[in-house]
Amino acid sequence: MVMKHNRLFSLFLGSVALAAGLATSLGAAAATEIRVLNWRGYGTDEKFATEAFEQQTGIKVVHDYYTSDQEMRTKMVTNPGAYDIVNINTQFVPSIQAAGLLQKIDPSKIPNFASITPALQKHPDISVAGALYAVPWAWGINAYAYNTDKIKDDLTSVNALWDPKYKGRISMRDDSIYVIGLAALATGQDINTPADMPAIKAKLLELKDQIRSFWGSEDEWLKGMAAGTYDMGAIWSGGAARAVRRYKLPVKFVIPTEGAITWVDTLTIPATSKHADAAAQYINYMLSKAFYVKWDTEVGAAMSANQAAVDALPADAFNRAVMGTPEVTSRLRFMKPISDEQRAQYLELWQEVKTEFVQ
Amino acid sequence: MLGSLALLAGPTYLWLLVTIFLPLMAMLYFSFLTIAPIAGPGGTFTLSHYVDIFTKPVYLINLKRSLIMGLEVTFFCALVGYPAAYLLARQIKNRWREALLLLVVLPFWSNALVRTFSWTMVLSDNGLLGQWLHVLWPGGPSLDLLYSYKAIVIGLVHAYLPYMILTCYVSLQAIDGTLAEAALSLGASHRQVFQRIILPLSLPGLVAGSILIFVPVVGAFMEPRVLGGQQGITFGTIIESQFTTSFNWPLGAAMGFVLLAVVLIVMALFFPLLRKHLN
Repeated sequence: MVMKHNRLFSLFLGSVALAAGLATSLGAAAATEIRVLNWRGYGTDEKFATEAFEQQTGIKVVHDYYTSDQEMRTKMVTNPGAYDIVNINTQFVPSIQAAGLLQKIDPSKIPNFASITPALQKHPDISVAGALYAVPWAWGINAYAYNTDKIKDDLTSVNALWDPKYKGRISMRDDSIYVIGLAALATGQDINTPADMPAIKAKLLELKDQIRSFWGSEDEWLKGMAAGTYDMGAIWSGGAARAVRRYKLPVKFVIPTEGAITWVDTLTIPATSKHADAAAQYINYMLSKAFYVKWDTEVGAAMSANQAAVDALPADAFNRAVMGTPEVTSRLRFMKPISDEQRAQYLELWQEVKTEFVQ
Repeated sequence: MLGSLALLAGPTYLWLLVTIFLPLMAMLYFSFLTIAPIAGPGGTFTLSHYVDIFTKPVYLINLKRSLIMGLEVTFFCALVGYPAAYLLARQIKNRWREALLLLVVLPFWSNALVRTFSWTMVLSDNGLLGQWLHVLWPGGPSLDLLYSYKAIVIGLVHAYLPYMILTCYVSLQAIDGTLAEAALSLGASHRQVFQRIILPLSLPGLVAGSILIFVPVVGAFMEPRVLGGQQGITFGTIIESQFTTSFNWPLGAAMGFVLLAVVLIVMALFFPLLRKHLN
């Protein structure tokens, strides 16, 4: 029995090898390999995606990862030619483009570009002098979510984070730009260039009794939410989607009425890439309906920049039914690039606030 | 003779020079620059980072906080570790001793991050410790240690205790047993034997353990961040965020050197006191 089983298995292996051999010999002319630099577990490295893409085109996709935007920039500078696609947040596209690290992208080589949400096609930070350098791929909102089993109120405002009712039940993201953005919304200021920094600091100091813990990675947030360590937490829309989809948590994401802090991730092709055409093909696949529907329904995804892909989701999907509506789109406020000096100032302000917390 | 010594020691010193001294010098250089010359044009000379550290409360308060944390963790490690080492070295014999020593070293075999995260499961309100307490004492107070300063100290003491036990064990075990017997036969009490023979002779181990613990704990950032919650800010976490979130390597480097200087000063203060005992 075991023997027979083994033989069957080797027969199976043999046929797979044969098929693979055929595939490679067929695609030998275009046997390219493209290298993607991205966050780990963020869409481009889904196994189903790389496999389906390789089957369609014969192009193999391999990955390298970064754990912070700074690391991504350093890797691009120190490893010229190592990457064909890099995921860059729009906050960093202008400075990286100015450093000459990106190549122009011809939108006609990416058919799905045509159906990208117009607001994103016109995003000010993806093009320079009419030339496209970064293709909007995924976006999301930085706000908060809460456990609907523990909190029965229907929350809509960012000010719920400051509501004494939820004292000691909140987990905050330990990130200066994130918290300053939320405080800017709560104090009615512009999220990118808040005029009244003392008001923001005062507002953040009021969080002292509200916060139970800080989190650094989405995984940490999900575990704490699942364990019931806190009932409310600052989180981006994609994280809340994964809490519901993958972990079946009773979590509801709030898009604040005061405005939605929106980030946009783009796929770019480094100036030193030698496989620009193959890279464009993968970018096009990353924007496709086929990829996005599977990514959102099976894994839990950020919003696709491609409106046609969002519209292909099931009618009750959160990303289509709530995030994708014109009412929400009108509230989006895009995060703009931040200078290193401003970043250092934000960090110092947040550290001053945290130091006050421990006094 | 001298030649063969140089041949033996040379590679080691060269290795230390290349792997420790050079990166440190590069960081020292960065700490006087406005921006790090990593990805872009170089910065200009400035003392502003050092001025900031010594004038802005956010850095001074957290430096003090980290030093106190270092002293507390070292104290608790000595409080628990020295008696444990004493029992291991002088009371427990043979295979039991080997088994217990193995248990002491065991935490070193697991990843520090995993160890710290497992503490979050033990310390939280509905964690292991809390559940046991509720079983033993139904209706007792809820035990909620997670995300507090106490949780940081517990996590750090657990992480660094083996250093104290091992260094104390080595020096306690080296003490000749006949010394104590002689003292006892001459009429000394057990207390006197401990105070005037055992403790002074084992002091080098206690000191070595304390230094091994104090230095890394003062700069600790991972345990405070994971276990401390809102109480988690330390000098170490601020240094870390200069490198990981704001790309402000010069300030992070300057903070690192200030910490190094402060640690050296603390050691220098204790040194005359120790030398008297150690000789």
